[in-house]
Amino acid sequence: MMLYTTARTAFRTLRRNPMRAMLTTLGIVIGVGAVIAMMEIGAGASAALKKTIASMGANVLVVRPGTASSGGVSFGAGSTTTLTPEDCQAILRECPAVRNAAPMVRARTQVVYGNRNWVPNAIYGTTPAYLDVQDWSILAEGEPFSDRDVLNGNRVCILGQSLVRELFDNESPVGKEIRIKNIAFRVIGVLTPKGANMMGFDQDDVILAPWTTIKYRVTGATLSTANQSTATASDSVNTLSNLYPAVKRGLYPEQSSVQQADNPMPVRFANIDQIMLAANSSAEIPLAVEQITGVLRERHRIRAGEPDDFNVRDMAELTRTLSTTTKLMTNLLLAVAMISLVVGGVGIMNIMLVSVTERTREIGLRMAVGARGKDILRQFLVEAVVLCLTGGAMGIVIGHGGSLLVQALLKWPVETSPAAIATAVLVSAGVGIIFGFYPAWKASRLDPIEALRYE
Amino acid sequence: MELITLRGIEKTYQMGDIAVPVLKGISLAIRQGELVALTGSSGSGKSTLMNILGCLDRPTAGEYWLDGQEISTLSADERALLRNRKLGFVFQSFNLLARTSAIENVAMPLSYGAGHLSEREARERAAEMLTRVGLADRLDHHPAQLSGGQQQRVAIARALINRPPVLFADEPTGNLDSKTSEEVLQMFERLNTEDRITIIMVTHDPKVAGHANRVIRMQDGVILDDAPPTAGANPNTPAGAP
Repeated sequence: MMLYTTARTAFRTLRRNPMRAMLTTLGIVIGVGAVIAMMEIGAGASAALKKTIASMGANVLVVRPGTASSGGVSFGAGSTTTLTPEDCQAILRECPAVRNAAPMVRARTQVVYGNRNWVPNAIYGTTPAYLDVQDWSILAEGEPFSDRDVLNGNRVCILGQSLVRELFDNESPVGKEIRIKNIAFRVIGVLTPKGANMMGFDQDDVILAPWTTIKYRVTGATLSTANQSTATASDSVNTLSNLYPAVKRGLYPEQSSVQQADNPMPVRFANIDQIMLAANSSAEIPLAVEQITGVLRERHRIRAGEPDDFNVRDMAELTRTLSTTTKLMTNLLLAVAMISLVVGGVGIMNIMLVSVTERTREIGLRMAVGARGKDILRQFLVEAVVLCLTGGAMGIVIGHGGSLLVQALLKWPVETSPAAIATAVLVSAGVGIIFGFYPAWKASRLDPIEALRYE
Repeated sequence: MELITLRGIEKTYQMGDIAVPVLKGISLAIRQGELVALTGSSGSGKSTLMNILGCLDRPTAGEYWLDGQEISTLSADERALLRNRKLGFVFQSFNLLARTSAIENVAMPLSYGAGHLSEREARERAAEMLTRVGLADRLDHHPAQLSGGQQQRVAIARALINRPPVLFADEPTGNLDSKTSEEVLQMFERLNTEDRITIIMVTHDPKVAGHANRVIRMQDGVILDDAPPTAGANPNTPAGAP
């Protein structure tokens, strides 16, 4: 009630000299406006970057088999054949932090259409889940292959943009047939362009097909082919009708019946090169890694203390670097905006000091009719705070308007942040109190007799 | 009943190393309902005495009893509260708040009062006071739109808003022409007789002092002379006044 009266008095006093009040608050208006605009644009940029990173696969995890070695010769990462499609399904079933998972087999070979040929960067055999994991679900044309295509090993494929350019000269390839290692694949869809990734690898130079088709018809590789690098060269299965591998090989050393009874091993029909997974969010990546490791160790029967026979990799470092960069930029801009707020505060102090000097007689009069020192202190403090809060409110409007303008004109992403507005209100009130205190204190210490006599 | 009693009031200003005595032992008593003029040449200490009487300043030595309360030992905040409740001030230069309406000027002391009035009550009381000083049709005028006499009447209304028993006027007619001076002084007399408000005026004008029913003349920090005015006694002198 008392404060309300004081605030009203302050408003009236400020209205007596509106031009000066406006000029005084200008510093605060600009400062708060800058803070709001910076925080909104910063938050927008940060969100946009996060989205970009997510589209590059920031939430993506890759599980690859571990290293095989023979007689001291290591075959490099991914050379053992321990991952199966069932691992992929188990991960999807048992890891709540994983949004989706796709098994993958890779091949690299020539692709022919008509009188053109091309060797794409990658021929991926996978499931429809791959598109979801890579955030690539929207196709430029056609439709993705289905889980039924995967089960049946149908000879269908989706082409990346680079292949459309190289093989089809930018004509629509949907419904046409290409040949991969002399096996005909019907093109049912075209991926949207994605461009190069961070390493300069052309992500559009890719063919996606059901993994069963690639596995059994194109590479013809089975579990027995340990070293992938030699797989396509040595083991060329090249028939149109051979759905399953023709040659039956012994996967394991022959076991005695007693050994079989002691160690029941599940029969593995196929191995895959890697599993691509998407975590629910980048925050849940560590949790997902933990869950995947647990599931795979159990499925692969790895005892405690033994090393994993697989690797789980994430893009956390990428995410971290980029989010650190945006945070740094936002903080830097915020610091600049804060400096302008301080400058605005000094302006307030300056004008309040002038005002105190100018109104010395008024202060004397108020004291003579019964105002105590603290009444005067409160009056001037409230005046400064009212100035700052008014300026803050105008700054919020201007800052928000400015960021909307930036969004409209420069097409920059902008995100409204209530936290920024709350901060601006608090900061401007704080500036008013801090910079208004000294003039108010000075006013409250005046001697009423001297003040009344002041000319 | 004695409203104001001073006993041996002294005031000494410290100018560097030199102590300058301004009041040298003032003793006097003022009853309720008196209209007192405090006169004397400049430097006689009448303003200093006025400041002490008005509780704006504290005496260096001596006792000051106001309405049965010893004032000289009160803190600044206590004196402020006392000024608000028991004293009214009228100044030579009016001291109205510029660009503020008459009614707001008059209501201003209420915001520091102990008795909390609502905004509406405060405005009503201020309007009533302005009506009493004959400015009922000037409530929303700003000081710049009022004549000197009207401004001083606004100041009187402001001084009376808290219904104080004592009104101090420091050269109330110093900035007014003789006709409006007369009006203001007649208002003082009316307040004095009708509302029994004790009025203490500082003036060096013998004509103004003539309206009082008691004139205290000061010289060099002491009371030279304390008597009814020479130029025709005021008929309203309360019984028992010296």
